[in-house]
Amino acid sequence: MSLEEAFAEPVLVGFVMAGDPSPGESVEYAEALVDGGADVVELGIPFSDPVADGPTIQRAHERGLEAGVDTDSFFEIASEVRDRTGAPLVTLCYYNLVYRRGLDRFVDECEDAGVEGVVIPDLPVEESGPMIEVTRGSGVDVVFLAAPTTGDERMRRIGDAASGFLYLVARAGVTGARESLDAATAGLVERANRNVPGVPKAVGFGVSRGEHARRIVEAGADGVIAGSVFVDLVEEGDLAGVREKAGELRGGMDSARNES
Amino acid sequence: MRYFGDYGGRFAPEILMEALEELEWECSRVRGDDGFREELDEHLGEYAGRPTPLTYAPSTSERLGFDVYLKREDLVHGGAHKLNNTLGQGLLAREMGKDRIIAETGAGQHGTATAMAGAALDLETEVYMGAKDVERQAMNVFRMRLMGATVNPVEKGSRTLKDAISETLRDWSASVEDTHYVIGSVVGPSPYPAMVREFQSVIGREAREQVLEMEGRLPDAVVACCGGGSNAVGAFHEFVEDGNVDLVAVEAGGTGGVDYGSRVAHHSASLCEGRDGVLQGSKTKILDDRYGQVLESHSVAPGLDYSGVGPELAHLEETGRIEAASVGDGAALRGFRRLSREEGIIPALESSHALAYLEEMDPEEHDLVIVNLSGRGDKDVQTVYEMEGER
Repeated sequence: MSLEEAFAEPVLVGFVMAGDPSPGESVEYAEALVDGGADVVELGIPFSDPVADGPTIQRAHERGLEAGVDTDSFFEIASEVRDRTGAPLVTLCYYNLVYRRGLDRFVDECEDAGVEGVVIPDLPVEESGPMIEVTRGSGVDVVFLAAPTTGDERMRRIGDAASGFLYLVARAGVTGARESLDAATAGLVERANRNVPGVPKAVGFGVSRGEHARRIVEAGADGVIAGSVFVDLVEEGDLAGVREKAGELRGGMDSARNES
Repeated sequence: MRYFGDYGGRFAPEILMEALEELEWECSRVRGDDGFREELDEHLGEYAGRPTPLTYAPSTSERLGFDVYLKREDLVHGGAHKLNNTLGQGLLAREMGKDRIIAETGAGQHGTATAMAGAALDLETEVYMGAKDVERQAMNVFRMRLMGATVNPVEKGSRTLKDAISETLRDWSASVEDTHYVIGSVVGPSPYPAMVREFQSVIGREAREQVLEMEGRLPDAVVACCGGGSNAVGAFHEFVEDGNVDLVAVEAGGTGGVDYGSRVAHHSASLCEGRDGVLQGSKTKILDDRYGQVLESHSVAPGLDYSGVGPELAHLEETGRIEAASVGDGAALRGFRRLSREEGIIPALESSHALAYLEEMDPEEHDLVIVNLSGRGDKDVQTVYEMEGER
């Protein structure tokens, strides 16, 4: 299944870090995500200076680096995840890793490994020209973020550059599991739908319970992204927990669909 | 203008973009605002003690065979140039209607300068500092707290500056409405590098006037130490258009070499040894490995210990307007002792790098050189004592 096909129905995107806590185990965690109900796997490349991530995912970066994962081994891990799960893959990585690799080479390698989208948290739309150029005509989408602080005009500008899906940041602040979702989320989804029609919207940052997932789908989003909640379970070594949590979020999303 | 040639830009998380745009707008507004300028000058004069003298260094000059003047940023209140910037940003925060400022700090210099500005301008001040640095720099933490700042030890990750930066960004992305993030150097996403340069360029503006007054001519060279580069850009900026004035940025050569296995550079010489990359918001020269993982840097001078450099300096170096050099830990320590003995001025270990570079300058090519003495060395005497004893 491709990323585009996956978004025909509300999509659950689950995040794990490549190499956390080891290359082999990170593949198993990715499998557990998909077994439990995730449709898309977001696979991180560990980085030395992950300024846009919260403490939970920061520790995952450290563990990934500790396990010796670099851009070479990331693509090996990504291929294996793609082969074993069949799920569409996107990657989360910081721009210096792409820049150092060379944009062309990085995108070619994504295509070879079956990575269909790149989320680069430190590449806002105004700096994305070279990346958009390189991905044009490739099978790799550049996924942009939009936040509650992103105004309508800016959102339209992002919409012009966006492909794959739009990653909506559910609340101000960097990544981290939250107990409750900001009420502004529904408004954000509505605004994104109005300003950026034609690109699916997935909501992330702070999604940790089935209830959150249900409300996001009911707010009109096309997808739910969960990261920190899975990384916490990886940190605890709880493989079964990852599968169950994916199932819980999936269940929340399905219950929304049934009601509507 | 968000770029300096190929360098700079705004490689920041989406969540901060609106705050950066607001800041950019506010910067261009106050640039033409005489009232702001006057208020800042008043604080720089009455509180910070500007203008700082340009001091002739007779013994040094005699030994080296050319005239050496010291721009005395060590005499700014707090003992370093840092306050020029924090006062400016503090006032800007007030202009924006923000009553809270936050900052990260490594060894504590920028945190202390931010705490001063916060107290002087009546702004709530919160400083993030790696827990390891909090332990190592207990007196600086006490200093900040004395001035009413809240110091938050960051227990995450390596518990050092890197983690303090992340934590400050995390605070800011949740508090942009009422909070301004005071970055301590000419680094980070646009408009920070140009804004901090603007506040620090008072150094070169004064020095240029003073040297014209005292010597009736421009210097042959201006020399400044360079980590992130705020004192260097501040000293150079006014001279950039003076084509005959050599501008030399002296980086920390540390103990030299790189251990790629543990991702550690034993120096902080990003202009000399680094290559183009994107770090903490801007495209600049950085120290990284072949995959783009950023190396840890080293210097005996904590203020120079940084894996990147301001993008404007990268541009000035790339275009040949400034020259980059590096000086190792040992030479810097000798420079520290030499100025103390010869001139009765104890320089910061950071500034000691610029002083050590004087020893390499050819007296045939230079008659008159200004060194930016960016800070005083009182903060470093214990370090030097512990490293070398009384000698």
